[in-house]
Amino acid sequence: MLSIPCPYCGPRDVTEFSYGGDGNVRPPTGPDAASEAAWSAYVYLRANPRGVHEELWQHSAGCRRWIRVTRNTLTHEMHGSAPARASAAAS
Amino acid sequence: MTQRFRLASGGLVDRSRPCAFSFDGRDLQGYAGDTLASALLANGVHLVGRSFKYHRRRGIFGAGAEEPNALVQLETGARTEPNTRATQIELYDGLTAASQNRWPTLDRDAGAIYNVFSRLLPAGFYYKTFMWPRSWWLRYEHVIRHAAGMGQSPRAPDPDHYAHRHAHCDVLVAGGGPAGLTAALAAARTGARVIVANDDFEWGGALLREAVEVDGRPGLEWIRNAVAELATYPDVTLLARSTVFGYFDHNLLGVVQAVHPRASHAPRQRLWKVRAKQVVLAGGAIERPLVFADNDLPGVMLASAVSTYVNRYGVAPGQRAVVFANNDSAYATALDLHRAGVVIAAVVDPRLDPKGELPTSARAAGIEILAGHAVARARGGKHVESVLAGPVDNGFVGAAQRELACDLLCVSGGWSPAVHLFSQSKGRLRYDERITAFVPDVSAQAERSAGAARGLFSLNRCLADGAEAGAAAAEAAGCRRISAAVPAALEVADDPMLPLWDIQSDATRTSKRFVDLQNDVTARDVALGVREGYRSVEHLKRYTTLGMGTDQGKTSNINGLAILAALIDAQIPDVGTTTFRPPYTAVTLGAIAGPEIGAHFDPVRLSPMHDTHEVAGARFINAGLWRRPMVYPRAGESDPDATNREVLAVRRKAGIVDVSTLGKIDVQGRDAATFLERVYVNRWRNLAVGKARYGLMLREDGLIFDDGTTTRIGEDRFHMTTTTANAGRVMSHLEYYLQVHWPELDVRLTSVSDHWAAVALAGPESRNVLAALTMADVGTAALPYMGYCEAIIAGVPARIFRISFSGELAYEINVPADYGAALWNALLDAGRAYELGVYGTEAMGVLRIEKGHIAGMEIDGRTTPDDVGLGGMVAADKDCIGKPLLARPALRAEDRKQLVGLVPVDGRSAIPKGAQLVVDPQRAAPNPIIGHVTSTCYSPTLIRPIALALLQRGRARHGEKLYATSPLSNTVVHVEVVPHVFYDPKGERLRA
Repeated sequence: MLSIPCPYCGPRDVTEFSYGGDGNVRPPTGPDAASEAAWSAYVYLRANPRGVHEELWQHSAGCRRWIRVTRNTLTHEMHGSAPARASAAAS
Repeated sequence: MTQRFRLASGGLVDRSRPCAFSFDGRDLQGYAGDTLASALLANGVHLVGRSFKYHRRRGIFGAGAEEPNALVQLETGARTEPNTRATQIELYDGLTAASQNRWPTLDRDAGAIYNVFSRLLPAGFYYKTFMWPRSWWLRYEHVIRHAAGMGQSPRAPDPDHYAHRHAHCDVLVAGGGPAGLTAALAAARTGARVIVANDDFEWGGALLREAVEVDGRPGLEWIRNAVAELATYPDVTLLARSTVFGYFDHNLLGVVQAVHPRASHAPRQRLWKVRAKQVVLAGGAIERPLVFADNDLPGVMLASAVSTYVNRYGVAPGQRAVVFANNDSAYATALDLHRAGVVIAAVVDPRLDPKGELPTSARAAGIEILAGHAVARARGGKHVESVLAGPVDNGFVGAAQRELACDLLCVSGGWSPAVHLFSQSKGRLRYDERITAFVPDVSAQAERSAGAARGLFSLNRCLADGAEAGAAAAEAAGCRRISAAVPAALEVADDPMLPLWDIQSDATRTSKRFVDLQNDVTARDVALGVREGYRSVEHLKRYTTLGMGTDQGKTSNINGLAILAALIDAQIPDVGTTTFRPPYTAVTLGAIAGPEIGAHFDPVRLSPMHDTHEVAGARFINAGLWRRPMVYPRAGESDPDATNREVLAVRRKAGIVDVSTLGKIDVQGRDAATFLERVYVNRWRNLAVGKARYGLMLREDGLIFDDGTTTRIGEDRFHMTTTTANAGRVMSHLEYYLQVHWPELDVRLTSVSDHWAAVALAGPESRNVLAALTMADVGTAALPYMGYCEAIIAGVPARIFRISFSGELAYEINVPADYGAALWNALLDAGRAYELGVYGTEAMGVLRIEKGHIAGMEIDGRTTPDDVGLGGMVAADKDCIGKPLLARPALRAEDRKQLVGLVPVDGRSAIPKGAQLVVDPQRAAPNPIIGHVTSTCYSPTLIRPIALALLQRGRARHGEKLYATSPLSNTVVHVEVVPHVFYDPKGERLRA
């Protein structure tokens, strides 16, 4: 059972979290906002990396915050986490 | 009752506390401190089971978790447990056990015929034979499954209870032997929080079977002192009878603790989930058997097991023994037996000149050593009677053989560190040529192995290694290392072992030389598998079933690998091992389920008015975790009749239904309206305070996600409702967009589903009922359709929403949850004058189908707003989640299924649930399906069956006649397509 470092609550069992998928997808903006292909890629296409992956989790049975976790999909090594909001605002 | 094989003295059993037990109906006696296996051996009982495939006689082989043979059915009735290892069952007074896989009796087993026909049952026989005629396979399978046996699972519910415990610690030590105890002591002395788990009920591990000294005192005394010291530390948890069975991600370990069998009121087993900062794996090593002809006869035992029975239990498993070993450790067994008065016929050792300390002591004790020899065959009918031994060259024993009479053959093929947990932790193994076994190499998690578990077999080194591992683990967990004396034992000089894998002779080429005793896999099976192309160890395992028993190949693994390596001319490390997976030893399903069974399997959510519904005789239905009243049948009334009555009460007078289960979200903030505009397809900025609006949410892919009514209760405050089923998902969805994508919006979300009890009051008399309970003006001018007000109802502060799901004049009244029952009862009282009834989810469903409202069956994740006739809701002049992809060609295609109503052409036939719509039901398959029924019911209002359906180009087909076919119920109903709103299509009643 994974232990996920919640930036608000500390390390907690994965059973307290819900998976939110790839943390790097963003809705198309600018000229792409009208592109059906860009929207389709945003909704349907996901990389399936072997190794380090930035992903979203919600601490749904805890503080309810969405967080951004960097995890190695091969070894489950956790490379840290941050509020999803901070990163989103920065991008 | 005599215990003929019990030694006069010695061992850790308590001779003052006899335990009566029964095995296969025989009444026997042992002592407290015995295992079932030691007590059986004390009574001369070796034969404990029939083998899995050939039904050969099998005896007790080991003394612990490695045991492949002595699997017994423990206890009877509801408490029975199959496949338990007799070597690990702590004896108690009154224990009952039985042998497995035999019929009619263990001694005269009809299945022994399979041994005679074993040539018909080669490795992988189930892929090759019994294949013809094909249709007979089920009959073959029945016989094969009956013959290939393990125990019987209980038929009755388990009367025992099980507990789960979560724990955190600095250092978890797996193992209670010399390395484990020194590790625990070293860690405990630093002040670390330590959990020590020992799978045995006695602490001490290998020290329990070895007559050795620690720090110049008897080993047992050192164990007692070590355990006593550990018990003094408040932060040390000592878990005996506790097996660490699994090593999972991020240092989570599973431990199953058997509570003492005599403890009353306690759970039978406790499952610990331990998150440890650091782990010390000190699970010791497992002795390997040797592979020679008929090496499975009862009376053939692991040498270390024999030492355990002699030294720990005071039992001599035979009277005349041969020891066959390729290493020094088994000489200790010869000496143990010798001291106990058992005659040693000879020690057979393939090494030409064993001259380590133990062989030298054996020689000095007058024990004959046949150096350079090997046992080619064990002989005997029901039990080993003699062995044939001769000079051995490269695994081959020549014709010059000597027969040595014996009733006990102790074997030792070397030792394999118990690397199971290490491998489960994803650590990488290394092959150690010196001990011909795999040892831990590179760790993947915060753990270290210590002692025999990493290939250190000398007691002195185990003690030192454990102490160092414990101190290092505590330090790594953040505790301060302290220096302390390390216990010491005498180093015993030993000679290297001589690998010896498949021992053959001319006479035993076709004999059974077992590699895996539990699954009846022989060296010839391995060779056959290799000949047939299964050269990968993982393939060979599955083809031959080598290592696939409940013991997971604890004793057979290395021997199998070595034999495979020799056959394919490879080195053992190149062959590699199969994957080690949890559990180390079998864990009962009861322990895994723990207390989460029956009523505790899932949480149950009850409405604040639940008790009132129970008193009213409601029949409940599960809706997610909720228990909702489905219908309130009166005495003698059928459910459909009751539903019809409840529907008609609403249509003609009034009714109330509990809608507390709806999701409710309080949306507040300056940007609340902006937020709603983004998550719903329709407009919200223009909604006046005090007004409600029906909203539709899409998923990002353009399909409908959820619907509900949302009310503006203040300039910056909305009360959102969701469907019962999607309440959690909608909340999470909204939080996702707010926190991840729109952090700049000033919006706060609070789930208030449980804070409000909600009642829908519907029907032409509903305003009169409401007016009787409040001073507020609820007239249609003050509170029009889709209006909202706050008022005191029956003395309770309430929110009143004039919304309607039934199609009648209706109000949804919310009060703080604790007032729910009071409101419900007040409505019943006030409604009596107006013939108000109560209705459940069935009637609510009928009312909404009559009205053509969509529900979960219509918004099934595949429909767009236009599909369900709500395309007009999508605001053209704003963006929202899902809108870009809603414009996809596939979602705008002309032949999409659209919501329609259906009525039976004959006006009587019920339209089957889930029926498919076709033009011609007689047409041969594939018959094009152009639609499907989503919701169907009998409408008491219209006095005929009706249904909602999704039909290709449905809105253009009104008036067409189709067939609703249900192959499941074998019914075909001729239906006419009609508009989906059956009742009051102009909406006059709800605006009344």
